[in-house]
Amino acid sequence: MTCNQDEFLICTIASLLESSRHVAVGMASPVPGSAALLVREETKGQINALRLSMIGGDANNPFTDGGRELFDCSGQGRIDTFFLGGVQIDGQANINLVGTGQYPNMDRRFPGSFGSAYMYFVVPRVILFRPEHTRRVFVPEVDFISAPGTSGKGVYRPGGPYALVTELCLMMFDRRQKRFRLTSVHPGHSIEEVLDNTGFEFDIPEQVPETPGPSDNRLNMLRSKISPEIAKTYPEFVSRVFDTAD
Amino acid sequence: MSLFTSLDDLAQQVPDQSLVVLPPDYSNVPVAAVLALIRRGVKDLHLLFAPIGGIAGDLLIGAGCVKTLEAAAITMGEAGLAPRFSEAIQSNAITMKDSTCPAIHTALQASEKGVPFMPLRGLIGSDVLKNRSDWQVIDDPFDKDSGPIVLLPAIQPDIAMIHAPLADREGNVWIGKRRELVTMAHAAKTTLVTAEKIQDKNLLEDDLTAAGTLPDMYVGAIAEVEKGCWPLGLAGHYLPDTDMLAEYLKQAATQSGFEDWLKANGAIR
Repeated sequence: MTCNQDEFLICTIASLLESSRHVAVGMASPVPGSAALLVREETKGQINALRLSMIGGDANNPFTDGGRELFDCSGQGRIDTFFLGGVQIDGQANINLVGTGQYPNMDRRFPGSFGSAYMYFVVPRVILFRPEHTRRVFVPEVDFISAPGTSGKGVYRPGGPYALVTELCLMMFDRRQKRFRLTSVHPGHSIEEVLDNTGFEFDIPEQVPETPGPSDNRLNMLRSKISPEIAKTYPEFVSRVFDTAD
Repeated sequence: MSLFTSLDDLAQQVPDQSLVVLPPDYSNVPVAAVLALIRRGVKDLHLLFAPIGGIAGDLLIGAGCVKTLEAAAITMGEAGLAPRFSEAIQSNAITMKDSTCPAIHTALQASEKGVPFMPLRGLIGSDVLKNRSDWQVIDDPFDKDSGPIVLLPAIQPDIAMIHAPLADREGNVWIGKRRELVTMAHAAKTTLVTAEKIQDKNLLEDDLTAAGTLPDMYVGAIAEVEKGCWPLGLAGHYLPDTDMLAEYLKQAATQSGFEDWLKANGAIR
């Protein structure tokens, strides 16, 4: 079965969630939300069943104590996986959600840091999801650090970057080396293309496999069971991504 | 003064230079009251979002009502960037205190408790912290091995402004599970409310509604306003008007288009 890019990215992220126990999904995150719903469905009733808390809307949102509850839960260690993005991301996994140019009167202002300056520190596995893979996104050094990729000794830091998923590849982050390592390249793309479009240095192992595509089972489940579920939060995303599939 | 008032009288109760806190776009944003503030020509507001702003922030900024802004982000969500906000920052028309969501929740919680500050994890090594001279970093005084931690001063807004599905004749306001509205109201000196409907039955008489009710002691004024969140939605009552939000984004791309939108939507000064 063939799949479109969003479906491929959903399934790539899903493969990173298989040992997560409680995934939280922030605002405006339909692709990570779909991936987490998919793994929750696949692990339903099993010992490794995934718990999912989505704050993008009322569906799949268990919180009843206001906007602070996600952060309070995360500070306690109740959530093990979260997603962040960035206007810019650099090779030390520093992320910038504020804008480009010199702060504060930036050349181009973006919304702001959201919860990143906290969640990146306290959630053990933060998956960076940024489909656009270009040198304007993946820069040598971010213009503003919304949240640093790593912290010095003595700073309370149970959390941090785990993986980076883009339209071209999957990278994993090594917190001790403070570097990304290319893990796999998506079908139809090459290591050279990743190098050409990345503004920071990263490690390339001798063998870089192709990112595996989804199994037919997983893709069928995504289209039949997950698309109506994610539509409760992101109806426009679902009509864009799934109605044209097949 | 009576607790119950009209929308425009409610807007009169927000003095220039007030510190006003507004809720995020997913939570009962009083857009009709924001338009009434613009109509009344409020100036030099210190605007706080708890913790993220959307169209309400873009409207007040574009209309020249805001002097300083504190938020974790200003965004129109899936629809795109907030045009009047972005331009105001780029042209230095407003001063922004960039924050992060839990820092705003925490500073409001400190005010709720009447304590001068509260600690928060994270932040260390970020440019968010670096640009906040009002925040401090200390070593944990109880455990020297636990490392540095950030202290945030309490934020006490002069006024919280919220919309609610329901209020009663005693001035109690039903907010359901939108507990950030309660935090805002507890923290602020007073809360101005617009409500879809005002009912005779006391909300505190039934535990099912009492648990989701903001009691009248926090409430300064209530105006009955149907569709008070429009063009945003009110969960369980009406959906966001996505066509109008798209139209707003198109028009607000320029200041003159933005002003046309204000005129067309009854926010003429």
